[in-house]
Amino acid sequence: MDIHEYQAKKILSDFGIGIPRGGIAYSPENAEYKAKEIGGSRWVVKAQVHSGARGKAGGIIVCNDALEVARAADKLLGKKLITNQTGPSGKIINRVYIEEASDIERELYLGLVFDRGSECIMVVASTEGGMSVEEISNKKPETIIRSKIEAAVGIQEFQAREIAFNLGIETGLISRTAEVIEGCYRAFSELDATMVEVNPLVITKDKHVLALDCKMSFDNNALFRRNDVAELRDKSQENPSEVYASDRGLNYVGLEGNIGNIINGAGLAMASMDMIKSAGGEPANFLDIGGGATPEKIVKAFKLVSSDEKVKVILVNIFAGINRCDWVAEGIVQALQTIKIDMPLVIRLAGTNVEKGNKILKESGIDFIEAHSLKEAATKAVEALKKIEVK
Amino acid sequence: MSILIDEHTKIIVQGFTGKIGSFHAQEMIDYGSNVVGGVTPGKGGSTHLGLPVFNTVKDAVKQTDAEASILFVPPSYAADSAMEAADAGIKVCVAITDGIPSHDMIKVKRYMRRYAKSEKMTMIGPNCAGIISPGKSMLGIMPGHIYKKGNVGIVGRSGTLGYEAASQMKELDIGVSTSVGIGGDPINGSSFRDVLARFEEDPDTDIILMIGEIGGPQEVDAGKFAKENMKKPVVAYIAGLTAPKGRVMGHAGAIVSAYGESAVEKVELLKESGVTISNNPSVIGDTIKSVLEGQP
Repeated sequence: MDIHEYQAKKILSDFGIGIPRGGIAYSPENAEYKAKEIGGSRWVVKAQVHSGARGKAGGIIVCNDALEVARAADKLLGKKLITNQTGPSGKIINRVYIEEASDIERELYLGLVFDRGSECIMVVASTEGGMSVEEISNKKPETIIRSKIEAAVGIQEFQAREIAFNLGIETGLISRTAEVIEGCYRAFSELDATMVEVNPLVITKDKHVLALDCKMSFDNNALFRRNDVAELRDKSQENPSEVYASDRGLNYVGLEGNIGNIINGAGLAMASMDMIKSAGGEPANFLDIGGGATPEKIVKAFKLVSSDEKVKVILVNIFAGINRCDWVAEGIVQALQTIKIDMPLVIRLAGTNVEKGNKILKESGIDFIEAHSLKEAATKAVEALKKIEVK
Repeated sequence: MSILIDEHTKIIVQGFTGKIGSFHAQEMIDYGSNVVGGVTPGKGGSTHLGLPVFNTVKDAVKQTDAEASILFVPPSYAADSAMEAADAGIKVCVAITDGIPSHDMIKVKRYMRRYAKSEKMTMIGPNCAGIISPGKSMLGIMPGHIYKKGNVGIVGRSGTLGYEAASQMKELDIGVSTSVGIGGDPINGSSFRDVLARFEEDPDTDIILMIGEIGGPQEVDAGKFAKENMKKPVVAYIAGLTAPKGRVMGHAGAIVSAYGESAVEKVELLKESGVTISNNPSVIGDTIKSVLEGQP
């Protein structure tokens, strides 16, 4: 789960990390008032959307008086910000963060992630803040500092100090910088984060160490024990179909093609998508309805996939093990009685009692194209699509 | 032979008396697995499915000499149960549970470092279908009848895709020595490489099928290991050629976040290591067949 910049800043500030003074605003008037409340003479108005690269997309505006702040907020609020990370549809700006502008002397990069190779938490830092970590590793890989943290004992002072020295921090600010690194580690491990990124971490001209921009992501599997974090979820930043799916125990990812898929199991779902591609088609979605494939889940899956306007053909591929095919077939028949699908439907069942399952489907009178293998299913789905396109 | 489990392996079920635990325990018993009891804290002393229930894994091991366990414990307690199994001297523990926090899995793996190599438990999973040595024992939730006994070792992340492969193989009359599901989570008990090393040592396994997917470094690491340390051929299929970057595809670990983690890149790197690639999921069985036939 991702959260907004201002939420991440609040969290990091609770862990002792310095942040510029700022406040959240939902309207231009509100923004102007916040700017006056913060004080000073220069402010930054920042669109709060779940995406990086907001500056390049026009989502961050520097202002020199309070009226400008109001105008900037007016320009951003209610609009969709399209960055190179949001996809072409962009993400809605429902709030802006007003922050005092900082006089920057140095910009650094600081990130914490799980390193899947070593199964440790890894601190990644660089002197080249402001660029994305991918850009840094392409352009200035020699500046990247990595430090593996032993999760059982947590980060040690010497490790944080070492990173600070390697970043070339001046002596007077070493312990302050080390505290920031340790604070980020504590936030990461105490809140079940999967990513903490402070980019840039800045040294200001008046010698403060501040988190100027930050991002945090959390482990969805741990939200059950992190109520305070779970509350920060902003569904307006997520794809509505994906929200619908996740609220109903389905795993869905919308894609650009026109062959909709309903599959049980993540691996088989990816494999079915690959098979569609190999047969000359393009998948419209990834959808894993779980190992269970209960009739209720099948109904929800049909609703979800058929609500996507791009979808012209639906491919159902269920490998039934312990939940036999006859039972899955009954579920499909039930589902098709409650919801009408007026497009070609290819169904491939496999596994336990497959003959019985196919017999139930045929005898039910539902209009579908039968397939017996993964390849046949994908080929028939692509053929059905071609027939529609010819018409 | 086979790896990890055979017909003699004594099995206990953790989370034995719950609905899911009971169902799959019965399936395992029906398959012929040597299930000797189960653990549900607070229900020790009772009998379930005709077998004894214990309060702790230590009690269960003491009374039954169990060597393997399978976890049907909810995600919030699963890490604790795995560590309990490790401490009680269980040698192979399969965690079926989906949804264990990554921080908990790191804790489990660190915890297990306290044991000497000879004493250390092998954990399989979490978020997996388990292990089956066809005709001998099933320590998992797979439909046992789709696996034919034979000489191909299977290791994969996904449950249903693994079933797809096993049934393609069965149709071609190709059998399996052992199939191991290592699960779809980013931090798992055993890696592809760990399981390949076991298959290399197993006299009944002649070739290995590795079913990988996008995300993480494990498939590529396993390829390097195979090139440097293995004589047996490895066939691989990597799912997710059409998966977009930066999105989680169902499995918590199926996300491309660095170079070498996309399906295309993994396939390239595996080919460099001499692994035979099944180009699409419908020819997994055929690819294995041709490799088997090409063997001296």
